[in-house]
Amino acid sequence: MSASINPDRLSPALRTEALEQLLTERGLVDPAVMDKFISTYENDVGPLNGAKVVAKAWTDPEYRARLLAEGTSAIKELGFAGPQGEHIVVLENTDTVHHVVTCTLCSCYPWPVLGLPPGWYKDPAYRARIVREPRAVLAEMGLTLPDDVEVKVWDSSSEVRYLVLPLRPEGTEDASEEELAGHVTRDMMVGVAR
Amino acid sequence: MSSIANIGGTEGWGRTTAPTPDEPVFAEPWEGRAFALTLLTMGRISGRNLDAFRHALGSLDRGAYLDDGYYGRWLNAAELMLTESAILAPGAVDARARANRGEDVAQPPAPEQDAKPDYKPTAAGSLRTVEEPPRFAVGDRVTAKDVDPSGHTQLVAYLRGRTGVVSIVQPAALLPDTHAHFLGENPQHVYAVEFDSRDLWGPDAESFTLTADLFDSYLEPAS
Repeated sequence: MSASINPDRLSPALRTEALEQLLTERGLVDPAVMDKFISTYENDVGPLNGAKVVAKAWTDPEYRARLLAEGTSAIKELGFAGPQGEHIVVLENTDTVHHVVTCTLCSCYPWPVLGLPPGWYKDPAYRARIVREPRAVLAEMGLTLPDDVEVKVWDSSSEVRYLVLPLRPEGTEDASEEELAGHVTRDMMVGVAR
Repeated sequence: MSSIANIGGTEGWGRTTAPTPDEPVFAEPWEGRAFALTLLTMGRISGRNLDAFRHALGSLDRGAYLDDGYYGRWLNAAELMLTESAILAPGAVDARARANRGEDVAQPPAPEQDAKPDYKPTAAGSLRTVEEPPRFAVGDRVTAKDVDPSGHTQLVAYLRGRTGVVSIVQPAALLPDTHAHFLGENPQHVYAVEFDSRDLWGPDAESFTLTADLFDSYLEPAS
């Protein structure tokens, strides 16, 4: 064991349990409400929402135009809205432009379309480095960008949230909107995949 | 305040974690409980004052911020907000957790009187209307103020003193610097400002642009 680890330190699981007990006993928190929050973000609100938005934009040019002009309302057309989605700006990847999103101050993320952020997005290494050396960070994460692709990094430092509209994969000309949604990943919509 | 949370551009963090496609939303059950407890804490204490929560996160010491990851820092910030508003006695969580694991510890009683901030938002969410027209337009060159104010701010440290170009005039929003401290909403215009990487990190920097959202009072016209 490292000398810096205090053996007397309480695990976060124990402290979470204690906090829940203290608040529940006084009627300040209802565990059933907590269960609902957890299940909503485990089962209902996740990157499949964003994938539907992207697939529709890939197949419907008018929707794509609305999405790029007024992201929040175009996303709401598909029924997606809520906390951390007050104002969503959609960033269009092209053959020569690649967008990647972070939140260096906390880990702000467009919950209504992507759900809760994955581990790497919340990692201080990503938050600190993506604004200093994005090409190196992206390569580490599996995305090596050609030199002729311009990189644009977005730091979500207000209540505005960003969603990347990825390039439609080649060879999907005949795919239906539903099939296309299956090609869209969370990583593409944050910009660490292309 | 250049808190532990203000880490953009800092070095010494090592490699990033590689994404995995089937990562669970909550890696362990306590993370989901901590997530839900924090959302409820924010709602109960302060009418969903998200900025106060961000300020609490930034007030944590390095260990409390980093050692137990993202939901660990949420849990610690929630506890801090509950203690500061006298919903919980200092040390109550620690004592209960020790009692639960069989230690013989005295648990402090709940405070008799809470000290919740006197706070009523003028509307839901953070977007507001500002009567005055925006001071800057798309294409204007602006400089982020080179200041390190006490208290909460979302003027990211690595942009202070740097000059960029307004690329989007965003909807006006309440000002985190005062809102986080329950000192008023003070809504302001917000601008997406695009910076050249070499103006941030020097001539040898990778070539890219960096865009951040900055509140009106964080900016001055570029000289």
